[in-house]
Amino acid sequence: MVDTQGTSQQDSSLQEIISQAEQEISAVQSIPELEQVKARFVGKKGLITAQMQQMAKLPPEEKPKFGARVNEAKKEVFAIIEAKHKAIKDAEIAKKLASETIDVTLPGRNIQDGGVHPVNRTLHRIESYFAQMGFSVEEGPEVEDNFHNFTALNIPEHHPARAMHDTFYIDAERLLRTHTSPVQIRVMEEQKPPFRIIAPGRVYRCDSDLTHTPMFHQVEGLLVDESTTFVDLKGILDEFLKHFFEKDLAVRFRPSYFPFTEPSAEVDIQCVMCNGDGCRVCSHTGWLEILGCGMVHPKVLEAVGIDSEKYTGFAFGMGVERLTMLRYGVNDLRLFFENDLNFLKQFN
Amino acid sequence: MKFSEKWLREWVNPEISTQQLVEKLTMAGLEVDGFEYLGNKFSGVVVGEILEAEQHPDADKLRVCKVSVGSASDEDLQIICGAPNARAGIKVAVAMIGAVLPGDFKIKKAKLRGVASHGMLCSSTELEIGEDGDGILELDSQAPLGQDLKDYFDLNDHVIEVDLTPNRGDCLGIRGIAREVGVLTQTAVTEHKPQALTPEISDVIPVKLSAPQACPRYLGRIIKGINPEAKTPDWMVKYIERSGVRSIDPVVDVTNYVLLELGHPMHAFDLKQIEGGIDVRMAKQGEKLTLLDGQEVELTDDTLLIADHKKPLAIAGVMGGEHSGINTETDNIFLESAYFDPIAIAGRARQYGLHTDASHRYERGVDFELQRTAMERATELLLEIVGGQPGDIIEAVDHDAMPTKRHLRLRRQRIERVVGFPFADDQVEDILTRLGLKLTANADGWDVLVPSFRFDIDNEESLIEELVRVYGYNKLPSRKPQAEMAMFDQPENRVWKNDMRDVLVKRGYQEVVTYSFVEPEFQLKLHPGIEPLPLINPISSEMAVMRTNLLPGLVNTAKFNINRQQNRIRIFELGLRFINSGDTLQQIPTIAGLVCGLRQKESWNTDGEKVDFYDLKGDVEALLQATSKTYSFETLHMDILHPGQAAEIIVDGHAVGYIGKIHPQVQQEIDLDMDAYVFQMDLAPLSERKLPEFTPLSKFPSIRRDLALVVEDSVKAGELLDFIVKNGGNLLTDAHIFDIYKGEHLEPGKKSIALAMTLRHPDKTLEDAEINAVVDKVVSGLAEQYGAALRN
Repeated sequence: MVDTQGTSQQDSSLQEIISQAEQEISAVQSIPELEQVKARFVGKKGLITAQMQQMAKLPPEEKPKFGARVNEAKKEVFAIIEAKHKAIKDAEIAKKLASETIDVTLPGRNIQDGGVHPVNRTLHRIESYFAQMGFSVEEGPEVEDNFHNFTALNIPEHHPARAMHDTFYIDAERLLRTHTSPVQIRVMEEQKPPFRIIAPGRVYRCDSDLTHTPMFHQVEGLLVDESTTFVDLKGILDEFLKHFFEKDLAVRFRPSYFPFTEPSAEVDIQCVMCNGDGCRVCSHTGWLEILGCGMVHPKVLEAVGIDSEKYTGFAFGMGVERLTMLRYGVNDLRLFFENDLNFLKQFN
Repeated sequence: MKFSEKWLREWVNPEISTQQLVEKLTMAGLEVDGFEYLGNKFSGVVVGEILEAEQHPDADKLRVCKVSVGSASDEDLQIICGAPNARAGIKVAVAMIGAVLPGDFKIKKAKLRGVASHGMLCSSTELEIGEDGDGILELDSQAPLGQDLKDYFDLNDHVIEVDLTPNRGDCLGIRGIAREVGVLTQTAVTEHKPQALTPEISDVIPVKLSAPQACPRYLGRIIKGINPEAKTPDWMVKYIERSGVRSIDPVVDVTNYVLLELGHPMHAFDLKQIEGGIDVRMAKQGEKLTLLDGQEVELTDDTLLIADHKKPLAIAGVMGGEHSGINTETDNIFLESAYFDPIAIAGRARQYGLHTDASHRYERGVDFELQRTAMERATELLLEIVGGQPGDIIEAVDHDAMPTKRHLRLRRQRIERVVGFPFADDQVEDILTRLGLKLTANADGWDVLVPSFRFDIDNEESLIEELVRVYGYNKLPSRKPQAEMAMFDQPENRVWKNDMRDVLVKRGYQEVVTYSFVEPEFQLKLHPGIEPLPLINPISSEMAVMRTNLLPGLVNTAKFNINRQQNRIRIFELGLRFINSGDTLQQIPTIAGLVCGLRQKESWNTDGEKVDFYDLKGDVEALLQATSKTYSFETLHMDILHPGQAAEIIVDGHAVGYIGKIHPQVQQEIDLDMDAYVFQMDLAPLSERKLPEFTPLSKFPSIRRDLALVVEDSVKAGELLDFIVKNGGNLLTDAHIFDIYKGEHLEPGKKSIALAMTLRHPDKTLEDAEINAVVDKVVSGLAEQYGAALRN
């Protein structure tokens, strides 16, 4: 019976230790304090560990049972410490979070708001559509000579088309190119067919009013190969215009005249402002003139030594400002060269 | 070319509406610029007669008129009128109560100075049917009372304006347009063919062709005893005015009418001013002639003249002389109908600052077989209007110099080769025959004879164009071009302009595009010593020379935006600059940028600091890293830049441009309100960037040693850094400056540069001795070279 009594006495002291631990742990404020408490109860020399030493006094048959109880008590204390540990950590994080809370609606640091000029944005789009079809980008000089700007393009001296161009002259021989077509000539002079090029760039005409600036941009396209035809020209431009405006718009080809192409055409698209219903932008016709094109005139091919029986080609030219205006609804051409940052940044 | 639809329909009258007609013309390449219905201008205006005109009791300049409008009103109308020509007995245009005049001006019952007015008597200006605004319009005494003025003036008509391309000179007359409409609508054209008349007098004068290449055919005719008092009939005035030609006198009106009807210019001389005979010759250099418009021109020897045996009479195909022109006393005339070679006429009018209906046609070409028809047509009309006795036609012609009708070949296979669409033979024959071409079939296709009026058709392609044009471009299919799928070279180290744009745009720059021509003074301030290339015909003095650098555009853009309250400007431009050195002009692709104002956009976390040299330099370095293999900066002296804040940019050993602060004095001269920093570089050297090159990574730790070096203020930190990199040996993996200090604890005129060196061995952990060896070598080298001392 003594044994039994002894066991129960020991049980109650374990219970006391646990409640003492509970009490002390609950008062703890920090991790180091908790570590101290932990050492006092479950450390090597801790109170619970000390209970184990009692075991020697017990009869052999009671030892396992008692050992199990002590272990349980130890686990219980560990669990309490663990829970406290977590509570302290949580509180620390919560405090850190609270102290670090900021106004996330304030703007970020060092925002950059640069951008490409709208005309070059459009040029880049045009180039990328044609690059997909294997056209390479070519450039040429802006101060040109009569030969490349006119003569080689079948525009002889005194041809009325020269007058149409309102040319800026440097001297009798040199001028500011009035179109990007001379790049065609330069490429054909220097390379061998087939050709698939586009030539973007600045061009100049002696004209300045609401709808004309003395400098503007054009993209010239040229495809010369052994089986190039007028219906191919229709196909590529139809495709391009639909892609450029991201719209399945109507496209029509109208006969026209350029000295360097024959047959020549002007291309109209269904007005993108009114969808063809008629508005101020399309002068109530429902159509917008958008580019000029045609089959390269045999005289142009021959002027650069290409056999016009073997090769045929088409060329087209478009005004980049006009395309940009229609694409983004810009209503004044002159804005492109004023470079008002408030205007330019609308395209960033 | 502007013309009356009624006139056209006298020649060809297809059963289609005006709208459809206009559409057909446009889609056939005769682009209609606009068309206007004349009957819309006013309503409620009728022919009336002033019965009485009394002085207004209370107004000196007003008259109280009693006006009859016949059946248009039950009673006579009392109308107050202020026109000086308002008088009893004349027929006038009466706007009745309820009438609407141009400008949506409604006529209501009114009181003028206490007297009631039931309408208005109109001037032709008010009705927009003419320009004589001196008083009210006086109608012919035969005008039927009460007739609607729209009917009286035949205003149930459209004026159609066609914007003709320069190849279609044949359509600069009703006859040509009618032909075209006939082809497009498959409608018969009624061509008025004047009869050759029998001369009534035998007067002739000699005509000599001294420049037969320029004028191979010249026809003249004398008509004597015309009635100088005659008036041009209304129907003729109507048609020529609807074509935008003012009615002047019957003889001139007839020549203009023929020009508009047949597309063939004519000229009439006062016979008594012709001395001897006509000589069609080139002008003598410096010869003078006073033209019809009163200006005296000094002629050049490439100008073709109509002269008599003593003096010039007219610039051929452009304008007649004042002296030899007809006037109100002219009774005997000499009529001219000539063929001039377009090349002889082209450019002449412009050279003398002229542009006439005649030169417009001769430059583009006229039908070389039409001269006689035009002469007969003009004679016929003149006899009808001004009477007189015609002489025989005097014709001088050089057959060798005359153009002939072209024979062209047209191959079936070529049509398909160019168009990409097969046409049936009968389709080809039908379309081209309708156009007036004569086709003879052969094995490959056809021989084609081109009529004289289609002088623009000069090769096989133009025949194909005609075929496709009349067939309809839009009826042709579209096909996606076929080509081999080939890959293109794409050198990985190639730098594209768009790569440069990307670098700067990501660093907050806005691209601008400015004019390539600039103001010379301004350019010189921003690039002294280089004479810019001037334009012969600049559009204004602000755009008179080609830019020699990109700064004028950038500076102007900065100024423009500073004036619009921008406080932070970061801009760049890509484009050519033009350097004219002696005989050679260099057109150099260039990139340039400008920054001024705040370093960062104003925000809650910025301090409002202004941008400085190093901000721009960082951006330029970012650009160089993306576009070159190696680069460096060297101090630079340049007129426009601050002497202490300017550097030359060296790429792969070559100077490619500069960076710096705009010199304060220049800044003042160019009137720029903010300190600005600029850079400019040539693009060509920036075309290849580094390709990535692998070096094995070391597994061993790196060691960093910091040095604080005291040097004279004038020593350049960049040079110290270069020295360290060059002398640091293989173990040095990085060296950079992390502080610059001047001031307390340092002697005046000295500065301390704090540098970090990082060393690493590929195969082992570095030992102190090895590290010290490198550092000592560098330090002693710096001491020797730059007098650098380690700071204690």
